Amino acid sequence: MDMGHIYRRAPLARAMALMACACLSACKDPVQTRREPAAETAARGLIAIRDAGCGSCHEIPGLDWPKGRLAPSLNGFDDVGLIAGQLPNRPEVLAAFIRNAPLVKPGSTMPPMPVTRQEARDIASYLYGIDHD
Amino acid sequence: MIDALWGWPPPVLDPAGPYAAKVTTLAWSLFALGVIVTLVVIAALWAAIKGPPRVQAMLGGERAIWIGGVAFPGVVLTALLIWGLTLTATLTDPIEGDEMRIRVTGEMWWFRVQYLGDQGRVIMEDANEIHIPVGRPVVLELESADVIHSFWVPHLSGKKDMIPGRRTLLLVEADRPGEFGGVCAEYCGAQHALMGFVAVAHEPAAWNDWRDARLARIAAADGPRGTDLDMARTAAAGDAARGRNLFMDVGCAACHRVAGTDANGLAGPDLTHVGSRRTLGAGILPNHLGTMMGWIGDSQSIKPGNRMPSYDMLSAGELEAIALWLEQQK
Repeated sequence: MDMGHIYRRAPLARAMALMACACLSACKDPVQTRREPAAETAARGLIAIRDAGCGSCHEIPGLDWPKGRLAPSLNGFDDVGLIAGQLPNRPEVLAAFIRNAPLVKPGSTMPPMPVTRQEARDIASYLYGIDHD
Repeated sequence: MIDALWGWPPPVLDPAGPYAAKVTTLAWSLFALGVIVTLVVIAALWAAIKGPPRVQAMLGGERAIWIGGVAFPGVVLTALLIWGLTLTATLTDPIEGDEMRIRVTGEMWWFRVQYLGDQGRVIMEDANEIHIPVGRPVVLELESADVIHSFWVPHLSGKKDMIPGRRTLLLVEADRPGEFGGVCAEYCGAQHALMGFVAVAHEPAAWNDWRDARLARIAAADGPRGTDLDMARTAAAGDAARGRNLFMDVGCAACHRVAGTDANGLAGPDLTHVGSRRTLGAGILPNHLGTMMGWIGDSQSIKPGNRMPSYDMLSAGELEAIALWLEQQK
C-alpha cells in the first residue's frame, strides 16, 4: 500500500504520525546490558547453528528453516532472566549449556550437542545478538 | 547437512566419476560454442553498422543469409546433435562384468535404498544414503512408489526420472572417495525441496568392510526375534533398552523395520542402520541425538506434510530414550 499519498493529502496526519513515532521511541530506553557481539563471531554462530540442526527443536530468528516447536523459541536471550529457568544468564554459561546441557543442568531434556567449544561460544554470541524488540 | 546444489566448485562442474565427466564435457563444449557464436554475431553486427561499405553490402546480401543464416547453423547444429547424442548414449552402455546393482525407490519425500545380490534379491535395506566402492560401475534401478521423482547426484551423473510403474536405469561410478549430495530433481509435492540423500564413495577395501559389517549385523539379527543380541548391546544403557520397548509400544514399529526386533513395518524407511546415517529426514538434518529427538517429536514442523506424524504426546524422557536406542542402530 502506498502510504505516501495519504500523507500528501493530509499534512495533519503526517504530523500526528511523527509525534506518535517520537512518543513510541521514548517508551523504552535502549537496553544497556545488551552485548553487541562482533559481527563475524555472530555470523560463524549462525553457520554453526545451521550445521548442528538446532532449528529442528528451536525457533531461532535469522534461521529460515527449520523452525521446530518442540523446545522454547530462542528469541532474545539478553532479556531472559535465567537460562533454562535456573542458570545465570551469562554467555560462558550459555556456551557450556549448548555443548552439554545435562552436565550443566542435570535432568535437562536438551541432549549434548556435537559442537566444539569455539562453535558453542559463537552460537551463544549469536543468540545474545538477536534483537528481541 | 549435505548440499547437492551449493559449494565451490559447483557440484555440476566438479565431476567425481566418468559418467559425470562426460556430462560436464558436453556442458563446457556447449558453453564454449555459445560464446563463439555470440562473438561472431556481435562482430557481424558491428561490421554491418560501422564497417566499410563493401562489407556492409556483403552482409546485407542474400548470399549472407544463405551462408550465415542457413548453412552455418545447419552444419554446426547437426554436428553438435550427432556428437551430443553419441556421447550421452554411452552413458547407458551396458556394463560388462563386475557391476553392482542398487534399487532406489522415490517416495514422498525420501529415497528407499535396496542393495541387490545375485538374482536380484534384496540383501540390505537402507534409506536416503547409498554407499558405493570407488572405481566400480553401479547400476541404479530407479523406481517410484507414488509420483514422478528424479534422481540426481550432480557429482556422479546426470538426472534420471523415477516413474511409477516403470524401472529406469542409471549408471554411476565414483573415481574418488567422498560424500556427494543428491536431490530429487522433479517437482513431486509440497516437500520436494526437502527430499535429498547422500552418495558415499569408499575405497574398495573400506567398502568391503562396510558391507561385511552390515551383513553380519543382519545375519546376527536373523535368529529368533528379539534375540539377546540387541538386549545385550543395549543393556549398558538402561534408557536405550527402555527406548526399544517404547519404539515397539507407541507405534513406531507399524511403519519402520529394525532387523532383529519385532519392528517390521515397511511403509517408512528401514531403521536397521539409522544410527550410522549421515543425515535425518532425507538428507536435510545432521544425524545426532538432538535432531533425532526433534524429528520424532515434531517432524511436522521440520517437514510439514510428511507421512510421519509428530509424536508430541511423548514426554521428553521418552523421546530421548527412543532416540538413544535408534542412534545405537548402526
